[in-house]
Amino acid sequence: MTGTLKRHAPILTLGSLLVVGLFAPLALKLSAPGFWLEVLLGGLMAGVLYSLVALGFVLIFKASGVFNFAQGAMVLFAALAVARLSERMPLWAAILIAVAIMVVLAMLIERLVLRPLVNQEGVALLMATLGVTYFLDGFGQTVWGSDIYSIDLGIAREPVMILGEWIQGGILINRDDVAAAVVAVLLVGALALFFQKTATGRALRAVADDHQAAQSIGIPLNRIWVIVWSVAGVVAIVAGVIWGGKLGVQFSISQVALKALPVVILGGFTSIPGAILGGLIIGVGEKMAEVFLGPPLVKMFDLAGGGIENWFAYMLALLFLLVRPEGLFGERHIDRV
Amino acid sequence: MIYRENGQFKSTYRADLQMLPMLQDRVFMAAFVAFAFLAVPFFASNYLFLSLLIPFLILTLAAIGLNLLVGYCGQISIGHAAFMAVGAYAAYNLVLRVPWLNFLVVLVLAGFIAAAAGMLFGIPSLRIKGLYLAVATLAAQFFTDWLFARVKWFTDYAHSGSVSPAPVELFGWRVDTPVEKYLFLLGVLVVFTLLAKNLTRGHLGRAWMATRDMDVAAEVIGIRPIYAKLTAFGVSAFYCGVAGALWGFVHLGSWEPLAFNLTLSLNLLFMIIIGGMGSILGAYYGAAFIVVLPILLNQVPQWLGVPLSTATASHLEFMIFGALIVLFLILEPHGLARLWAIGKEKLRLWPFPH
Repeated sequence: MTGTLKRHAPILTLGSLLVVGLFAPLALKLSAPGFWLEVLLGGLMAGVLYSLVALGFVLIFKASGVFNFAQGAMVLFAALAVARLSERMPLWAAILIAVAIMVVLAMLIERLVLRPLVNQEGVALLMATLGVTYFLDGFGQTVWGSDIYSIDLGIAREPVMILGEWIQGGILINRDDVAAAVVAVLLVGALALFFQKTATGRALRAVADDHQAAQSIGIPLNRIWVIVWSVAGVVAIVAGVIWGGKLGVQFSISQVALKALPVVILGGFTSIPGAILGGLIIGVGEKMAEVFLGPPLVKMFDLAGGGIENWFAYMLALLFLLVRPEGLFGERHIDRV
Repeated sequence: MIYRENGQFKSTYRADLQMLPMLQDRVFMAAFVAFAFLAVPFFASNYLFLSLLIPFLILTLAAIGLNLLVGYCGQISIGHAAFMAVGAYAAYNLVLRVPWLNFLVVLVLAGFIAAAAGMLFGIPSLRIKGLYLAVATLAAQFFTDWLFARVKWFTDYAHSGSVSPAPVELFGWRVDTPVEKYLFLLGVLVVFTLLAKNLTRGHLGRAWMATRDMDVAAEVIGIRPIYAKLTAFGVSAFYCGVAGALWGFVHLGSWEPLAFNLTLSLNLLFMIIIGGMGSILGAYYGAAFIVVLPILLNQVPQWLGVPLSTATASHLEFMIFGALIVLFLILEPHGLARLWAIGKEKLRLWPFPH
């Protein structure tokens, strides 16, 4: 018992520090409970979006061992496709066509990038996905245009007041945020079902466990890769539509999606629950840090504005890498040096 | 016919170990360096200097630095522009606060400060490698972006956040015309190239390469991974720091924190992938490629009479970069430098096939 405790001491310390940091503004009476809750909710909503992008990473990494840097570009590409297509047709049709496009894209990536590079080391594949990122960024903007587009989800924009009778002033939340959270939960549920209950899902898990063993019992690797990249493409569509509906579709989506990298470090590269929880931790953490830690820091060091949220996630991931490189739920086996 | 080593006998170990073992290579290299120093300043136009040669020279220096880390030591970094930023701001503050320092000293000090930052962010590499390290280096990128944009001390409380130092002055020589800048940079680059080439031939370079090829085996034969990796991060960041200071002082003149963003980091990585990982020469090819390609993409459609908007051209550039990277990784993972080596080998045998 004490041995386990000792082994987990660094991560427990880090975890309790995070929890203390979370409740410190309340305990120190730095903010009204209502405002604190609003920040918390805002963080959770941002976290849902990070989780969705991170989910795409995890899916691909599990099944093919590829660290897909292009996930952000895929989100941008999908969002652009949906935004431009929905100008001419109803949203559901645009999304269906976008799904078809992402499947074709997955096939092309498998055929043109992954298959020739099979059996290469992870870093070479990472750089290949960097190439895919650049290509998709350029291609998407050539085909779909490079302005700022909007996706109309048909959800009222005005925020709703809740908990008015319990807390002074109530809390404002956006309807599209709630919808995003619901969609994310549904998506994760559907993915879990797909992975656990279907034959294809079992094959995917087998491939994730051991490529060679899976191939030797007759699972076609190439088809599995196409499937998993397609699923990641669909996840990218969901993330892109939610994100685009909230903030508009523009190039910066592809950059903000880089936040998903620390999320997967935090959650573990191979864990779907890890991606969700990691996304929420980072979403809440950076909002809290920005709102409550930012102003004192700015005052103390005379900074030109806060902006801590730009690096908070990465620094947290860096700390995690030092104390627990496999992440929260990742497999313990990791190539240590 | 001409390019072969017949009749060149080596009777000492020194002769056998020299950097360019073939006489023809030495003659060619000497002629090339002489051409770059003596002939180019006379015929090149200002446009050629400012938009091609000067960025090329500085980016080559940075690419050599990144190549020492990624190509020779096998530690990936997608945040090396961060160390260029550290070098640039360190040089700016040194010049600002210690005005009597010679610029060469400033350059070296800025390099050392960047090296310290590089070793700091290289610490995670002792526990993790590969993909995880990539994220750790991204942390360096985003943290320095923020640091230099927000902490006013670094930019001397400039309102816009951008800094504009005075032109470089060396022993009373003001380096401000394009030709002077070119000659100064060329001199710096030649010195640092020789240094890097010899570092990689010495025991340090061998330790790096052993770590790259198999870290456990390297440890077994007595190479301390801490030592190999941290020196690689340090030296690499030193090169990038010097390059960053030059990029700011000589090329840009005045710059804002965004000058050293993620795009520059990725471009550095592309340079060494396209040019050739684990090759000093590759850094030259890669930098030349990355500098020339956007200009070509802007010019070629005009020559062909096809009007191309700037936006389309920049998107095309993205697509071509992306496609080329994948192509190089598949067809020639060792980049243009390997193609050059193959060509040389063929030439040595010519006109016979074997």
